[in-house]
Amino acid sequence: MRTKASSEATKDIPMTVDALAAIERAGFSRRRFLKGSGALIVGFSVSQLVGDLGIAPSSVAAQRLDGASSDWLDAWIAVAEDGHVTAYTGKCEFGQGIYTAQTQLIAEELAVPFDRITLIQCDTARCPDQGTTSGSQSHPTNFNQGSLALAAATARERLLGMASVRLRVPVAQLIASEGVISVQGDPSTTVAYGALIGGREFRMRLSGAAMRKRPREWTVLGTSVPRVDIPALATGHFEYVHNLRVPDMLHGRVVRPPAVGATLRSVDESSVREMPGFVKVVVKQDFVGVVAEKPWQAVRAARQLKVAWSPGTGLPAHSSFYEYLRNQKPTRDTLLVDSKDVDEKFAQAAHTVTATYYHPYQMHGSIGSSCAVAHVNGDQATVWSASQAAYAQKTTVAALLGLPRENVRIIYTMGSGCYGINGADAVTYDAALLSQGVGRPVRVQLSRQDEMAWENYGVPFVIDQRIAIDANGDIIAWDYESWSAELGGRPGNPNPMNPASVVTGMLAGFEPPAFVPRSPAPDPTGSFQNRRNDVPSYLAGCIGGNCGGTGTIKSERLLSHIGRSLFWTGPLRSPNRLQNTFAHECIMDEAAALAKADPLEYRLRHLADRRLMGVLNAAAKAANWDARPSPGPNRSRTGIVSGRGIACVLYEGDNGYGAMVAEVDVDQGTGQVVVKRLVIGQDCGPVSNPDGIRNQAEGGALQGMSRALMEEVTWDDEKITSIDWQTYNSLSLGSSMPTIETVLINQTEGKAMGAGEVSITLSAAAIGNAIFDATGARIRRVPFTPDRVKEALAGA
Amino acid sequence: MSLIELNVNGRRHTVDVDPGTPLLHVLSDDLGLTGPKFGCGLSQCGSCTVIAGDRAIRSCVTSAESVGDVEITTLEGLGTPENPHPIQQAFIDEQAAQCGFCLSGVILTSKAFLDRTPTATETEIKQALGGVLCRCFTHTRMLRAIRRYAEQVSA
Repeated sequence: MRTKASSEATKDIPMTVDALAAIERAGFSRRRFLKGSGALIVGFSVSQLVGDLGIAPSSVAAQRLDGASSDWLDAWIAVAEDGHVTAYTGKCEFGQGIYTAQTQLIAEELAVPFDRITLIQCDTARCPDQGTTSGSQSHPTNFNQGSLALAAATARERLLGMASVRLRVPVAQLIASEGVISVQGDPSTTVAYGALIGGREFRMRLSGAAMRKRPREWTVLGTSVPRVDIPALATGHFEYVHNLRVPDMLHGRVVRPPAVGATLRSVDESSVREMPGFVKVVVKQDFVGVVAEKPWQAVRAARQLKVAWSPGTGLPAHSSFYEYLRNQKPTRDTLLVDSKDVDEKFAQAAHTVTATYYHPYQMHGSIGSSCAVAHVNGDQATVWSASQAAYAQKTTVAALLGLPRENVRIIYTMGSGCYGINGADAVTYDAALLSQGVGRPVRVQLSRQDEMAWENYGVPFVIDQRIAIDANGDIIAWDYESWSAELGGRPGNPNPMNPASVVTGMLAGFEPPAFVPRSPAPDPTGSFQNRRNDVPSYLAGCIGGNCGGTGTIKSERLLSHIGRSLFWTGPLRSPNRLQNTFAHECIMDEAAALAKADPLEYRLRHLADRRLMGVLNAAAKAANWDARPSPGPNRSRTGIVSGRGIACVLYEGDNGYGAMVAEVDVDQGTGQVVVKRLVIGQDCGPVSNPDGIRNQAEGGALQGMSRALMEEVTWDDEKITSIDWQTYNSLSLGSSMPTIETVLINQTEGKAMGAGEVSITLSAAAIGNAIFDATGARIRRVPFTPDRVKEALAGA
Repeated sequence: MSLIELNVNGRRHTVDVDPGTPLLHVLSDDLGLTGPKFGCGLSQCGSCTVIAGDRAIRSCVTSAESVGDVEITTLEGLGTPENPHPIQQAFIDEQAAQCGFCLSGVILTSKAFLDRTPTATETEIKQALGGVLCRCFTHTRMLRAIRRYAEQVSA
């Protein structure tokens, strides 16, 4: 967390004599020992450690995503003489509550008071490289037997060992609590952590054998500790990256091309040279920006600057975009599962359900346009960025600026909620380029239009599916084929040196990652994975005889085609998973209706995974589910009608179970859908902070509802036309709101899973199914605008 | 550049601004305030909201020179983390925030409206919040916090 007082990050940190000696001892020529928070701590990147020491990057700290993490206890935790604990994490706060949850984790495992812990987040000079903070991976990474959790447990065991020597009492007779170790039955014999290790390094690796506390022993984790940052947020005292001001700082504003594919012809600096506060126009290939003394001066100069651009490359019509998407060539094709008997089963089917579902480009649409501050001083760069990818940015910013990687420091500083790749990565590069151009610190905040027109959108989908049903009404085969489109994405993915995964990198002259076509798709091999939730929950997911799916249906074929997108794309909360789940869970409802089965019972009939059944049953029970086939009986063809729908998912195939019941009213005259109630069942393993998960589940459900009902990116023949809140819709605080109930299944013996993207994955499906239940009209295209609902009603 | 005087959070400030500078920029850049935020610059989201006299206004589209003697209150002018205003306390009690960037719009729009209209109905409160966005969609908690404050002002 950053509040106004914490300007520590900007100070030059001197090396102590001890630190220099430690460097000498360890032989880490490039490592910096830093003095912070009263404790001597180590800040280094693990890629350096791997190079310097030859340590295998993940022998203990297993990582599923990207970052190499750290095997070294002092990279994670430092204890000061006064007992204050400073912890370092590569998973940072974006408004999802992970600062508080990680502080709870350390308090619990290290047995120190919650308020005696300071967490330093995602500063590439000080924190372990844990890749990106994304993909619902913070809990799986830092709360299971590895990384931060293991560091805290290792430190506690080490302190117990030290206390045992100091007190001459066996470890088994010692108790660690509140930062003090005492002797069982002799409470007067104690030693505090600060007295044991204060100000010194542990100098040891994480211990894979360190004993974690069992959830049933938890006193801090598992409780609804209030978020530590909310008082500062609610009183306007929190310092976002937008509020950061560093000495000698200037302000920049970028000038983006007027059309997709337009390139720069000329810039006339004389058109702004006389403006108040004007400093410089910075141009690099097609990148154009203006730097001025004050923000408003930069805004005005950017508006007035005369820039000539080539025409854009032109865009296909928005109205027929899905035909374009389906027919795009070339594509990269993947066959996720193929039992090779699907056509045969369809030939034997008593009934077949066939449907196509459509999902548009949608945007992150952060409430605050993105902002960053950069100081490029000769061959050194310090960048304050709200990106989810601080560590990757260290490399891409270096490539962008032509600097050695070790000369770049990214200090994560919170921006407004991002939900994936909003403009934060692009504006980080904007600030870096402008600062390099003027040799002084530059702050850049994007305009609303530049934020919305050039961010990395959530990908569009066309999804064709067929379901074969036998004479008993059971599903015997499922056939899926999808078309989506991508361009760019996370910084450094797939090429760590390429900043052109977002717009600024391309404008500055870098080529976007090459599109690698692959057609036809090779046969599936290896173990079953469902990272994008391409595979419906009801399929067995069998490859080479090994089945990893959550369902029972063994005749299965799933083929995806990814083409090159017209616009920048990237992860948007529940990327691909939401789009796929919308299609799966709605066509499952179509099959249930054809079989005249209750949608819940029909789902349970085709599932094999008990935890997925558990969340379905929990949500249905809490919603007082009315068991019967859809659509509802005796429904009126006019006026307002009500219905309920259900949906479920195992997020990413292994990272969080969720189910949702939606209740809606549909005005058949206007096509208006009003969601009255959302009931969520969620099982993400042991619950770290119940209220924190509820906050995420509620927000996700409503964000999913906004996306389902009203969000769609639009364009004309040359440019994006969704450029503000009048041209891109969002549920306001004044909108009709459902009541939301969240049932948490606290699976204390399970592994920690992701929690922030489960509910959003389900909203469109549950609401679409509820509309069908209310009206008998199936709506297969997001968003469910009144016109589309009326169209569906007319066809029902 | 021209000198103007502003009353902000109980203090009088003299600032030298370019003609037409929006109030938001003066508050953020000249006075260093962190409460009001630039969200859209178009009066469409609410992040820049401040209270002028007894009305919530959008400081991103309000010229600083047009403010005159009216007392301006920003989110940090209401209270501090240690001593929050009752409506801020309601948001803390309800844990009604995720990223929190929108809170100037949500809290100050509600406060100004409820202070003027203590007996407002739920529908009237919703109408007052029609132009306020939260993209983390913390809506249900925020509405609970606002209801808490509404109960206090109507009591």
